[in-house]
Order: sequence, then structure tokens, then C-alpha cells
Amino acid sequence: MSREEFVRRNGPVWDAFERQVARLEGPAKRRDRTLSLAATEAAPDLAEFDRRYRAVCRHLVLARRRLYGADLEERLNDLARRGHRHLYGRRPGTWAAIGRFVARDFPEAVRAQWKLVLAAIVLFYGPYAAAIAWIAPEPDRIHLLLDSGTVSQLEEMYDPASGHYGKERESDSDLRMFGFYVFNNVGLAFRTFAGGILLGVGSAFFLAFNGLYLGSATAYLLGIGFGTPFLSFTAGHGAFELTAIVLAGAAGLRLGLPLVSPGRKTRGEAMLEAAREAVTIVYGVAGMLVLAAFVEAFWSPRSSVPPEGKYAVGAALWILTIGYFLFAGRRRAA
Amino acid sequence: MSSHAAVLDTRRRVETPEGVELDLAVAGPVSRASAWLIDSLIRTAVWFAVSVALVPMGPAGQGIALVAFFLLGWGYPVLFELVNRGATPGKSLLGLEVVHDDGTPVRLSASVVRNLLRAVDALPVAYAFGLTACVLSRDFKRLGDLAAGTVVVYSGKVRARRVTAEAPPLPPPVPLTAEERRAVMDFAERAVHLSPERAEELAACAEPLAGRGRDAVLRLAGMAAWLSGRR
Repeated sequence: MSREEFVRRNGPVWDAFERQVARLEGPAKRRDRTLSLAATEAAPDLAEFDRRYRAVCRHLVLARRRLYGADLEERLNDLARRGHRHLYGRRPGTWAAIGRFVARDFPEAVRAQWKLVLAAIVLFYGPYAAAIAWIAPEPDRIHLLLDSGTVSQLEEMYDPASGHYGKERESDSDLRMFGFYVFNNVGLAFRTFAGGILLGVGSAFFLAFNGLYLGSATAYLLGIGFGTPFLSFTAGHGAFELTAIVLAGAAGLRLGLPLVSPGRKTRGEAMLEAAREAVTIVYGVAGMLVLAAFVEAFWSPRSSVPPEGKYAVGAALWILTIGYFLFAGRRRAA
Repeated sequence: MSSHAAVLDTRRRVETPEGVELDLAVAGPVSRASAWLIDSLIRTAVWFAVSVALVPMGPAGQGIALVAFFLLGWGYPVLFELVNRGATPGKSLLGLEVVHDDGTPVRLSASVVRNLLRAVDALPVAYAFGLTACVLSRDFKRLGDLAAGTVVVYSGKVRARRVTAEAPPLPPPVPLTAEERRAVMDFAERAVHLSPERAEELAACAEPLAGRGRDAVLRLAGMAAWLSGRR
């Protein structure tokens, strides 16, 4: 068959397909932009979509084989690519998916990476404990780790004798702090995760650094007698925030692991699988940190609640968090 | 004819479930950087507008503004990649889009991964890690693309015009392989920019096909015209 004959015979199919694809791509109503059953019922010619798509693919192969010309190949390749995109593009998730994520996917993903989570716990709480052990007997040692500006900032924030402790903050300020915590903490967690691609070293470094910083701040404040303001402030959100940081580090380690040890897969394949598992954890981490930001901004500074109340709530949240990751979403053995 | 390895090309062949191979035209660092610059300008403008509108509204406004900045920084690319067929406004202007390795439109997980990893791609300064990875990788992938299994391609909406040497169409005397066809068509495109002597010199490499001298150049150009569809 000559090229002219080929074009003459099949041109109508290509034009019809092009019109369909253009309509699916165009600024039509959402219903018209997807190949769903509803759309097919609304426009019966959409039912021809798959038949025409396969025809276009067939013609593309023929045009290449029979050397009908690069312009024809390009046109058919373009049509096929656009059709492929509509046929195989999946729609984003729904509310039910979010519910399932919280109830099952997230804790399961964390449990699946338990070894890396343990590693992250060690990388974070190791330096944390070391800092406490080192600073508690001699609080002034903190000046070897932190600069005096940071230290005086810590003192000012948690000084029980200072003016603002005991006064209620305005709700406007609470909202500002909420925004700040979201901006700061979630960004930190994302960077901890992203650092994992540098063979896991970036995440490990973030974990150790933050563990050291928090441990030394805690030990110092307890050592100079500011323990009650500090602990009663952090007790509420500590469970969510510390766990989220650890999990972000674990997700980062998961991302970097295939570069070091891809197992029996190519690095590319191992990378894809790792990214999928790791990002599930990152979604959960972001959610946890937004919750922590709520607690930190609206509950933690409430001085109308006595410290014992704060400690009780903090302990309850810790138990809740650990219980969630240990037990949530476990399926019963059949 | 030639014994060297596959032709250097920025096309990526993807096999579909129908058994057909589709060509994706991969985008290089220059167009991607330009798209990023446009996006940065847009983001700066939005950041400025949000600051001016919300910050004077006191601490509550500042809180909302901070959340908005957070979303603008981390969420802007993800939102557009999911809603606007894999293209942020900057990419859209340059005719680029983000797809998975197999050509399907990008989905949530991959979009999140590739955009969170911008934190590393942007290190140490001005996307140095990302540009390095882009240049070293076969499909111009930066670290985020490598981790997420995505690739940035030309969507085909913006098409470059090709200028080739003009000649009456001439069918090749023998069937040519794909590599040979590509070589002939590339020669016709390139010949416009070459001096006549150089064009003849190059055409002489295909002497079994087209002979020698000035006529060889015309014959090759004619074959290129025929191969590209003019009959």
C-alpha cells in the first residue's frame, strides 16, 4: 500500500481520534475530561476511544515499518502518546483513601521499616542521652555546644520568674505561632527526609544534630531549675513532634538505603520501591507535625492548666502514639 | 555503515501495553532551568502579595501568612503537577511536562518525592547537585526524578520548526536502517549551516548511497525530503 493510500484510508479515524483527545484535554467540565462510564454515557462516541487508540497504535507501527515518512510517524506518535496519557492516567485519591491511610497504611508502613526506625531512634536519642549525661552534672558545659545568644533565648523563654510566664497569650499570637511551627517544623522534617538521598548521611546528620541540641537544652534548663516551665510546655506536643522527627529520619534512611545496598534489584528499581515506601511515612509525618503545631500553639502555652495536668496529658499522648504505631491497623490472622 | 553505538538522541522510547513504542522527547537542563526561573518569579510575586495583604493584619494574619508561605514553598509544584497535567505555569509556558518513566501522567507519590528532594537538588547553591545529576543522567534526570521515577518531557504543544536543505524528493535506492535514515535526515538539516565544501566532504561518507560531489549533497537532501514524507 502506498503512503497516499494509507493516509486516505485511515485519515478519518485519526481525525476523529484527534477530536476526542482534544476534547478530553480541553477546558471542558470535569466530567468530560475523564474516560469514565458517566462520560461514555454522555457522549457515546467516547466508547470508540479504545478501539481508535489501538488502531492508531497499529498504524504507527506500520508507518514506521513501511517508511511512510517521519512527519507521519511524528503525527501518529503524538496522537498515540496523548491517547496513552488519557487511558492510563489515574485519578487522585478520595476521602476514603485518607481515612484508610490514617487507620492502616501509615502505621503499617512504619512497622514495615522497623529496623530503620530503630536506627533512627538510636541516631536521635543516642546523642540526646549523651548530651543529658554530659550537661546535667555541669550545666555550664552547654556553652561549649551552643552560642550564648541561643542559651539566653532558652533562659528567657522558660524563666519561671519572667513576666510573660503565667500570662495568657492572645489567640492572635497563638495563630502566629501555629503558622511558625508549621513553617519551621514540617520544613525541617522534609529536609531531614530529603537528606536521606545522600546515602542516608544527610538524615543521620539531622537526627544526631537535633538530638544533641534538644538533649542539651533539656539538661541545661533542668539543671538551672527551669524544669517546670520547660517540661510543662513541651509535654503536650513532645510525643508527636519527637516521634515525627525520628520517623522523618527513618524515611530518609529508607530512601538512601538502596543506593548503598540495592539487594537483588537494579539501583533504579530499588530506588523507586524505596521512594514509594518512604513517602508514605512522610505524609504521616507531615500530618503529625501539623497536629503537634496545633498542640504547641494552642494547648502548650495555656498557663491556666497546672503542670500536673500538662504532664498527665503528655504521658497520655505518648502512650497513645506508641500504641498507635504498635497496634493500629494490624489485621487479624484469618 | 557505521559501527559506533546508538545515536545520541534526546528521545526516550517507552513500550506501552499495546506493544507499541512511543517516543518521548526529553527536556534538557536549559529549558528546565528557564521554567524554574519563571516559576520563581511567580512565587515571589505571590509571596509579596500575601505579605502585603496579611502581615499588617497582626499576629493572626502573620500565622496564616506563614502557613501560606509553607504551602507556597513545598506545595506549589505538587499542586500544579497533579492538577495541570504535570506542568507548573513555568513548565507550561515552555511546553514541558512531568511524566512517569513509562509515559503516564505523574501521580501524587512521585510528585511529592521529586519535589521534596528539591531540598537536596538545590544544594549547595543554585541547584548545583540537581544540574550535575541532570547533565550526567541519560534522561536529564535530577536527583528528585531519579528517586521518583519521573522524567520531564516536551508535551508537544510547542513545536519547533525544522529547517532543512531543499531538494526534490528522491527515494533511497536501497532500504535503510533506522539509524541510517536518521543520519540522512540530520545531514539535510545540518547542511543548511555548512559551507558547500564541508557539505560535500560529509556527503562523500555516504558515497555508496549518493555518489560524490555537489550532486551527492542534493541527492542526500532529496532522500531526506522523501524520508520525511514529501513525495
